[in-house]
Amino acid sequence: MIESNLDNLVASPETPGTKHFPPFVDSPQLHAEADKRVAQFPDDQKRSAVLPILHYIQHHHGFISAEAIDWIAGRLGIEPVKVLEVVTFYPGFRQSAPGKFHVRVCRTLSCAMGGSYELMEKLCELTGIDRSSCDSHHHPVAVSPCGTWSVEFAECLASCGTAPVCMVNDDFHEAVVPERAEPLLNAYQA
Amino acid sequence: MITYSKQPHPREYRLIFKNVDREGWDPSIDCYLRDGGYEDLKKAISMQPKDITEEVKKSGLRGRGGAGFPTGMKWTFIPPNNTKPVYLICNGDESEPGTFKDRYVLHQDPHQLIEGMVISCFAVGAHTAYIYLREEFPEAARIVERALDEAKAANFLGKNILGSGFDLEIHVHRGAGAYICGEETGLIESLEGKRPYPRIKPPYFPAALGLYMCPTIVNNVESLCHVKHIIRMGGDEYAKLGVPRNTGTRIVGVSGDVKKPGYFEIEVGKLTMRELIHDLCGGPKDGREIKAVIPGGSSSKILRSDEVFKLKNPDGSERELAFWDIPLDFDTLAACGSMAGSGGVIVIDDSRKMSWVLNNLNAFYAHESCGQCTPCREGSTWMRKISDRLVAGDASPEDIDTLESVAYQIDGRTICAFGEASSWPVEAIIAKFRDELIKDTSPQNAGKAHHSEAEAQRRYLAESSR
Repeated sequence: MIESNLDNLVASPETPGTKHFPPFVDSPQLHAEADKRVAQFPDDQKRSAVLPILHYIQHHHGFISAEAIDWIAGRLGIEPVKVLEVVTFYPGFRQSAPGKFHVRVCRTLSCAMGGSYELMEKLCELTGIDRSSCDSHHHPVAVSPCGTWSVEFAECLASCGTAPVCMVNDDFHEAVVPERAEPLLNAYQA
Repeated sequence: MITYSKQPHPREYRLIFKNVDREGWDPSIDCYLRDGGYEDLKKAISMQPKDITEEVKKSGLRGRGGAGFPTGMKWTFIPPNNTKPVYLICNGDESEPGTFKDRYVLHQDPHQLIEGMVISCFAVGAHTAYIYLREEFPEAARIVERALDEAKAANFLGKNILGSGFDLEIHVHRGAGAYICGEETGLIESLEGKRPYPRIKPPYFPAALGLYMCPTIVNNVESLCHVKHIIRMGGDEYAKLGVPRNTGTRIVGVSGDVKKPGYFEIEVGKLTMRELIHDLCGGPKDGREIKAVIPGGSSSKILRSDEVFKLKNPDGSERELAFWDIPLDFDTLAACGSMAGSGGVIVIDDSRKMSWVLNNLNAFYAHESCGQCTPCREGSTWMRKISDRLVAGDASPEDIDTLESVAYQIDGRTICAFGEASSWPVEAIIAKFRDELIKDTSPQNAGKAHHSEAEAQRRYLAESSR
């Protein structure tokens, strides 16, 4: 069979982090969340709910799979490509699993001046992550071999006064100088 | 007597940040009500909506998101014969590098924002409003959603607010990590569930055609908070803060190479660059000298610390103004060729190479270009590639000229202001630090192939011409 580009666009290649996330399922909770979000917009503007529903799915399943895209398209009554174009545009959405703990390090000027590149190096050294195949646009996330950790450079996290800063999943951490990388990771592993 | 866990500097004037770092303060509605919260809403709701707009106009409030457009004026752009629903959107996308102010309001004082929003919605006749938060503020989204529930339970939101007959629903909407969503029409497209490609102007303001092609007012978090204080103080009284045409207070965030970086709420125009950097931020780090300052978020043009500007007085005569004496207001910074922007001040000392600074910013804009307009999509990537070479030591002196010409070919040729945002830093750094950049280049790099494909092409051409 010839592999089509279309399949690649919605493919979610397995990563070491996959085992930490339950696969996408159509659940009553998902329906409830979708209903709640759709209700925040005018009746003929269901499409507006695409971001909040994507956030919910990524939060619970780690990434946005082809099944999830289809589900959202069906729920909102739009073509799947309208969901896909949103997923592929935003840096905030992933199409494959990150680590159990996903670390986003701010890369932009003030944090870079404060040592965020050194912080990233230290994090990779501690977690055994190889970022050499990463590129900021298409493959920003690198996962550790054990699947516990993943790292990504983020653009300005809006806390320039306490640089360098990073996020671990939804938690925000300030003034994470490279020496604080190890205690930071330890706090999550415990 | 208010006490703070982190004492504000005596030169500060705390209005919006009155409750930030305040001891015994929490983001709950009870705490807010004990402090006299929602009293300004009660006052506003007894006024005529057009009188509220009038007060905001009188206050001289200029938008705190970046462009500095008068807020009250923006509100009057809703077509007078409009029959469609009106929307109000709070722009909480805070993503301009160097800016960190909205985060503290959202986390520590969400009800201040909600009160400001309800008053603003009442003034413009909006019955649905959205708070668009950047995705990287998940905690803020939870705090604000909780605050909205509390406000609704207390009838400051919902149906028939405080018996006035005015209905309003506010929803939180999270972005997904794209800088372009801070552009108001990009934000609207994002809220509509599409890719956030900014819309073609005109209409210049979404107040004419915005969300779902209805009149829409988009204001920054800080601007909406100011509305509450304008109602309390009265527009005329508020306008006494700051300096003429640049009224009120604003939050300035200083980051980079100073001893004490942080946020400061100051009266607009009442402090000079020297006072901000030396008095409030403790000056440069030991043994260092400040080389340059980016005064209003990364998109604003960089200023050298040894620059002297020639400015025009109102009577037509000229005067000189040294960098350190620049008052921090909208108009003077604009006259110096930069802008007050979002209030994010990035300080750069003599330990930094400007080529490195330039490359860091270029990487940001190359990553964040939405890709809609060719000059910006291609140009921002080219600029990054050239500055990549510059920091790697692979650039030739001609590359600086190429870089400059690319920047000037983006500027003014795009649908939204991102084109300027990405090219201004390059234009200014080259104009002001050309000699330093040239030092990082070598004439021997001229004509070198920087990519395997280019190298193959070069060989092919060389062989075929033989």
